[in-house]
Amino acid sequence: MDKKKIPVSAGRIAVKVDDLTVAYNYKPVLWDIDLEIPEGVLMAIVGPNGAGKSTLIKSILGILKPIAGSVSIYNQPYEKQRSLVAYVPQKGSVDWDFPTTALDVVMMGTYGSLGWIKRPGQKEKKAALEALEKVGMLPFKGRQISQLSGGQQQRIFLARALVQNASIYFMDEPFQGVDATTEIAIINILKELRKAGKTVIVVHHDLQTVPEYFDWVTFLNVKKIATGPVKDIFNDDNLTKTYGINYKVSIQE
Amino acid sequence: MDVTEYIKLVFTDYTLRTITLGTAILGAVCGMLGSFAVLRKQSLLGDAISHAALPGITIAFLITGAKDSNILLLGALLSGLVGTFWIRGIISKTHLKSDTALGLILSLFFGFGMLLLTFIQKQPNANQAGLDKYLFGQAATLVESDVWLMAIVTSICLFVLLLFWKEFKILLFDADYTKTLGFNTKFIDILITTFIVLAIVLGLQTVGVVLMSAMLLAPAAAARQWTNRLGTMVIIAALFGAFSGVFGTAISASQNNLSTGPVIVIVAGFFVLISFIFSPSRGLLFKQIRFIKNRRDLQLHKTLSFMYHIAETHEDITHPHTIKILNNFQGYTKGTLQKLADKHYVTLSDGNWSLTEEGFKTASNLYNQQNDNNE
Repeated sequence: MDKKKIPVSAGRIAVKVDDLTVAYNYKPVLWDIDLEIPEGVLMAIVGPNGAGKSTLIKSILGILKPIAGSVSIYNQPYEKQRSLVAYVPQKGSVDWDFPTTALDVVMMGTYGSLGWIKRPGQKEKKAALEALEKVGMLPFKGRQISQLSGGQQQRIFLARALVQNASIYFMDEPFQGVDATTEIAIINILKELRKAGKTVIVVHHDLQTVPEYFDWVTFLNVKKIATGPVKDIFNDDNLTKTYGINYKVSIQE
Repeated sequence: MDVTEYIKLVFTDYTLRTITLGTAILGAVCGMLGSFAVLRKQSLLGDAISHAALPGITIAFLITGAKDSNILLLGALLSGLVGTFWIRGIISKTHLKSDTALGLILSLFFGFGMLLLTFIQKQPNANQAGLDKYLFGQAATLVESDVWLMAIVTSICLFVLLLFWKEFKILLFDADYTKTLGFNTKFIDILITTFIVLAIVLGLQTVGVVLMSAMLLAPAAAARQWTNRLGTMVIIAALFGAFSGVFGTAISASQNNLSTGPVIVIVAGFFVLISFIFSPSRGLLFKQIRFIKNRRDLQLHKTLSFMYHIAETHEDITHPHTIKILNNFQGYTKGTLQKLADKHYVTLSDGNWSLTEEGFKTASNLYNQQNDNNE
């Protein structure tokens, strides 16, 4: 357990979601979500398959168009605050056989601040190399991306987000299919980000590690079940409400 | 006409020079844009667009009653674009998968085009003859103004490609992420698709509706085999395309005027074949050679580690053992033993082998994951 007291008392709201409703067809995937995420937390979004976890992130980031609702970042509409937000998509969402190198993928993180047409230069390359160093992938910078292991690909994605130098990071299942070493390496980077005052929001599947990794949690199953500090709300009651009576995982071993 | 005569003709004969230049430019622009289609996994889109262009050609003819190739191509462009956006509409608005949508639009538009074509051919209009050249293409009908049009479109395309290179690349790799960075992905997407449609329409007169997609895909598929960089891939694809055009025209002109379009496509297919077999990193040939070599190395290592386990039981690791005890071991042959001796892992003396210090050390570290990974 992370026993450190979290300085959320400052009380600035990093992300605010109002009345968000998303539907693909008739059935809503997300129903009337209200959510406030305080600055500086490391938050897990948990819920069963099909609960709308990835959908929530994607509609906050404007990748999906919601039926209703609004999103604000530090009290401003998201569109104006894009540069404050970085995104780590699911590893499986891209074709890793694409003809490009690890360094090139990380450089893509600088494209947003460059804007249209302008090409990345020495400054951008330096930032990308630093990010690669941070995730321990510097020796692989010239590697074609299909020749990286799953864990290494995940680190590349993380490095690409780090290059954006954002205040808020959204990550879609960064621990999926990575080995124990990589998982620890990634969580250490996330904790470092929090220490630097950044807000990190992670779609997470492993309930066992929630209390160890995160200080804030949101339970989601189409509707928002609960959100708040892990030590206050990560309990059997909320887990049952989210996963149903059949859930058999005990959070205390 | 033989080859040397042909080469002489290219520089002197106006028609041949025009056709060669035209097919080369066409091949280059198709290879360039084809790389994007292939990487977006929209290979079939080219096929659908080219087939969707046929009704446009016929309708343009019906309306104007003339066979001005620019107006016909304008019709092709319009109906190609309509087909493309219907395909995208079907994919995004219904549950149909993209292959179904492509197939549907392809055959519907082509069917409608054929219907109009036969209708036109039954009419007593003397002008209608030769409209069916758009089915399989007829490079011989290229004139200088056609080549100019191709050159202008290709330069515009090249300019836009260089200008938006970064945006194209990131959209191809990760569209969702591109959106979060604040880029208008729809704009980039429409830009790429429009240029693909343009390239296809340009090629209809030369290669024809039916074979056009091969011009788009073959050079790109071949180029992908040779490189792991997007920029290099686009350049190689353009070169492959251009050479397909030049060689195809040369072959068709020197061999009793074989139909140019199909020959160009066959040449492009030949580039694909060569690339799939001979590419150093992805080709079948070198893959097989690497496979056999790895097999041999493994056999060698197997023998070495078998020796290691025998030597391990002795106080003195260099203690000689008789070769006979290796006989029943699978990885062992005289050749492997000699190879181990060449590498100074073992020493041989009349029917005995003994492991050297170096061999012992190598054997004890074989396939030790900790040493292989520098993580």
